[in-house]
Amino acid sequence: MLRLEAKHPRAVRWFHWINVPLLVGMIWSGLLIYWANDVYRIGWGGFTLFHFFPNWFYDALHLKFRLAEGMAWHFFLMWLFVVNGLTYVTYTAVSGEWRQLLPNRRSLREAIQVMLHDLKIVKTLPPQGKFNAAQRIAYTGVVLMGAGSVITGIAIYKPVQFAWLVWLLGGYEAARFEHFLLVVGYVLFFAIHISQVIRAGWSNFRAMVTGFEVVGADEPSSGLLAGAMPTPATSGTIIGAAPGATK
Amino acid sequence: MTTPVSSSDHRNDQQVKRQIQRMTRRSFAVGAVAAVGGLAGWGWLTTRPDDEAIPWPLRRMLRWNEQVSRGYFRPTRLAPTFSQDIARMPRVNGHIGLDGRFDPAAWRLRLENTAGAKPLALTLQDIQALPRVDTVVELKCIEGWSDPVRWTGARMSDLVAKFGRATRSGRAIDLEHTASDLFRYVMLSTPDAAYYVGLDIESALHPQTLLCYEMNGEPLTPGHGAPLRLAIPVKYGIKNIKRIGTIRFTDERPADYWAERGYDWYAGH
Repeated sequence: MLRLEAKHPRAVRWFHWINVPLLVGMIWSGLLIYWANDVYRIGWGGFTLFHFFPNWFYDALHLKFRLAEGMAWHFFLMWLFVVNGLTYVTYTAVSGEWRQLLPNRRSLREAIQVMLHDLKIVKTLPPQGKFNAAQRIAYTGVVLMGAGSVITGIAIYKPVQFAWLVWLLGGYEAARFEHFLLVVGYVLFFAIHISQVIRAGWSNFRAMVTGFEVVGADEPSSGLLAGAMPTPATSGTIIGAAPGATK
Repeated sequence: MTTPVSSSDHRNDQQVKRQIQRMTRRSFAVGAVAAVGGLAGWGWLTTRPDDEAIPWPLRRMLRWNEQVSRGYFRPTRLAPTFSQDIARMPRVNGHIGLDGRFDPAAWRLRLENTAGAKPLALTLQDIQALPRVDTVVELKCIEGWSDPVRWTGARMSDLVAKFGRATRSGRAIDLEHTASDLFRYVMLSTPDAAYYVGLDIESALHPQTLLCYEMNGEPLTPGHGAPLRLAIPVKYGIKNIKRIGTIRFTDERPADYWAERGYDWYAGH
């Protein structure tokens, strides 16, 4: 017997989906800026394995000679990106959602087990809960990366007023490199995130859109399985069991 | 409970499926409306008339960022300084205002304001007679690169302390007591007026803002702005104008070469 179970609160879904175009906009405008001094590469000495970025990449995305435009967009969208991020963090803190999202003592060990399972090296999975340990680490990590982008961004945006921050980050050029490196991190996150969403299937994806997931009667509520407190947002929102239909 | 359990289960499951389908349709519809709204906002913004080479909403945001930055700015915060050993000669990055015929011997620095004070024509010796400051700071190009450069020259604040022109009343400046008497902006331009920058007064009078006649221990080369250029570490390189011909104090926000081409007028650090 099926029922609908609330999975992702409305607020979290909005924050998530609004963040998609904002992060894309920040990376796009960042690339317009980066092109003007595209010095980063993967290589040793005179040997370059990969240059960020090859010419065809700039050409394909029309990124050349648009530094001024890129800066104007970057310093426009940054406010929306920061506001959305801060509101999300505040919401998770106040609503109690953080209990499902923050890694705990067991998370590292369990995350390794999840990884070995997903790579088809071992068969067993640790208890999953609403978010498994790998997800907890990934979703908390990406928020910290967002904070890192803001901090390194402030350092290169106002390096004299925040000279102490530039110093902490290892210097002006180091801060610019760290700001760039975080973008590489977002791209890696995105690649894994998308492949995992595809693997998890339609029902999981639909839960991030509608907020609800269809579960069988024999499947316990994921929130309870995680041993976490049912949050105000999820309790009392189970829909679907017709009156008198319990076995 | 007269209905067989299996049939009731089946009805329930059908109901749940219909329900999630309804919710899915509704959520995607809301998402589509939001996406169309976002795209419409993007389209609207990018098609607004330009204000100095970028759509005016972006220009207005740069101005707003400038207000936030100027509110946070403190002249006591200094750009980090470095040892002379690591100073490098930066690339010559721009010839605007340096191309015409130029006679260094005939060069004078014109110092003036919009309050009608008599303009001064200063020689390089006049500038060199001011307290000599020698410092290594990063020159940060708006393109993204930076180089530590050793600058030698006179503070802009020492220049106006001696020669005036920075106050409306004509009184000598005293940064603690006559801030309201100071002009709000400074315009600097090359002798041919082909390159020009605007500065807010706080940045212009920042203690590290120098009128330089030497770079890395050598007299300035023509390409780096001989005989006198600006070194202003609280701004991007674009504001470090070479071959200064005129310095004018004004209350009207001065035009700025790169701001007219889409960059942030403030460009401050």
